[in-house]
Amino acid sequence: MARLPNQTEQLSLDTFVRGLWEENPVFVMLLGMCPVLAVTNSTMNAIAMGLATTFVLVASSTLVSLIRKLIPKQVRIASYIVIIATFVTVVDYAIQAISLELYNALGAFIQLIVANCVILGRAEAYASKQRLHTTLVNSLGMGAGFTLALLSLGTVRELLGSGTLLGYPVMPENFEPWVVMILPPGGFFVLGVWLLLFAWLKQRRERRLPQQEAASHAS
Amino acid sequence: MSDAASTPNLANNTPAFRMVRTLGAIAMLSGLLVVLVFQYTKPIIAENQRVAIEQAVFQVVPGASSRSDWILGADGLASGGSHIAGQTVYAAYDERGALIGIALAAGAQGYQDVVKLLYGYDPDCQCVRGIKILKMTETPGLGDKIAFDPAFLANFEALDARLNAAGDALANPIHAVKHGKKQDAWQVDAISGATISSVAVANAINRSLQHAAPLLQRDLTRLKAPTTTGGDD
Repeated sequence: MARLPNQTEQLSLDTFVRGLWEENPVFVMLLGMCPVLAVTNSTMNAIAMGLATTFVLVASSTLVSLIRKLIPKQVRIASYIVIIATFVTVVDYAIQAISLELYNALGAFIQLIVANCVILGRAEAYASKQRLHTTLVNSLGMGAGFTLALLSLGTVRELLGSGTLLGYPVMPENFEPWVVMILPPGGFFVLGVWLLLFAWLKQRRERRLPQQEAASHAS
Repeated sequence: MSDAASTPNLANNTPAFRMVRTLGAIAMLSGLLVVLVFQYTKPIIAENQRVAIEQAVFQVVPGASSRSDWILGADGLASGGSHIAGQTVYAAYDERGALIGIALAAGAQGYQDVVKLLYGYDPDCQCVRGIKILKMTETPGLGDKIAFDPAFLANFEALDARLNAAGDALANPIHAVKHGKKQDAWQVDAISGATISSVAVANAINRSLQHAAPLLQRDLTRLKAPTTTGGDD
């Protein structure tokens, strides 16, 4: 099951699902924390940020995989950065064209996708070594996992911090919003709770594994 | 890469020319892509900005249906196309083409950063008719109420901004007072718990109007002949 870093991977369902759960960029690998904490104060921001990052991730990983044999080892990081920066600029203009309001809400964090280590990490650790189709599927999975993680923070923070979901009021009339949740500390609180949950799930699985093995040996 | 000894030689095996060529090709492709996207989105972004300004202007001048741009410089108004230093102001007209208000941008230091807003000045009643916060980073739940709190926004439905007898400044400076202490038509009733943000809004309008209102009143006849479509005919 162990995957050697330099081995070419065969395409399977796991190539996609790994990014969602087992190697979730936020909850398991703890990468790209800056946008995770900064723009998740509403569901809409989380969705927009997740989609923008996914686009850059998929586009840059695909391109890196496509030309991976042409890039000399010494200048690979420089090449990745130029490729990533290009797609970030594309996204930046696209969001301005779609909605200025959204662009203002996301602020500098669109440009900062360049520095998102999930993307550079994928290019270096995966796309530069794997074939085109596996890279495409894997980066789509990672992007979906990143978006999912942003959403899990964004919905909780908007629900508790503003009493709304996607801008629509969903809490009862007498609900007093927990303002702290849409302020920066709220990001850390919610992220902490999610990490706790993931750590607990992992621990539980590890505890169960020896028991299952023992059970299968007995039978 | 079968043995460790081959790794240090790798740097020598790749000629510098190949690195430069690869980087150059990638940079050129990137440039091309960015230029294409920029050219394609430019008109859409410009249209978005125009719509955003128009919506804001029509919001702060109730009843407006068309606008024309002017530049307010140190010595008065100039039409929107001319290249003189000054701030852009938006004259707003109703359906019959009559001037009903002027929208101006203003800004002042708030609790965390500068609060930027647009407000509508009605030259007939010499008062402020409405405001819209354009940009702010006030505390959510407290200071950010300046953007939507109905009781606070009601301050700016007829905020007195009369000129003094000499016509070179406001007769009564616009200022914010503590919540519930508003007595005069030129005072702004602050939001309780968001006094600093409320003061910023009042100061921004006061500072802007102290300078702009005398010039606008002087050059009012120029604004009344609209350059936009839809005259009296």
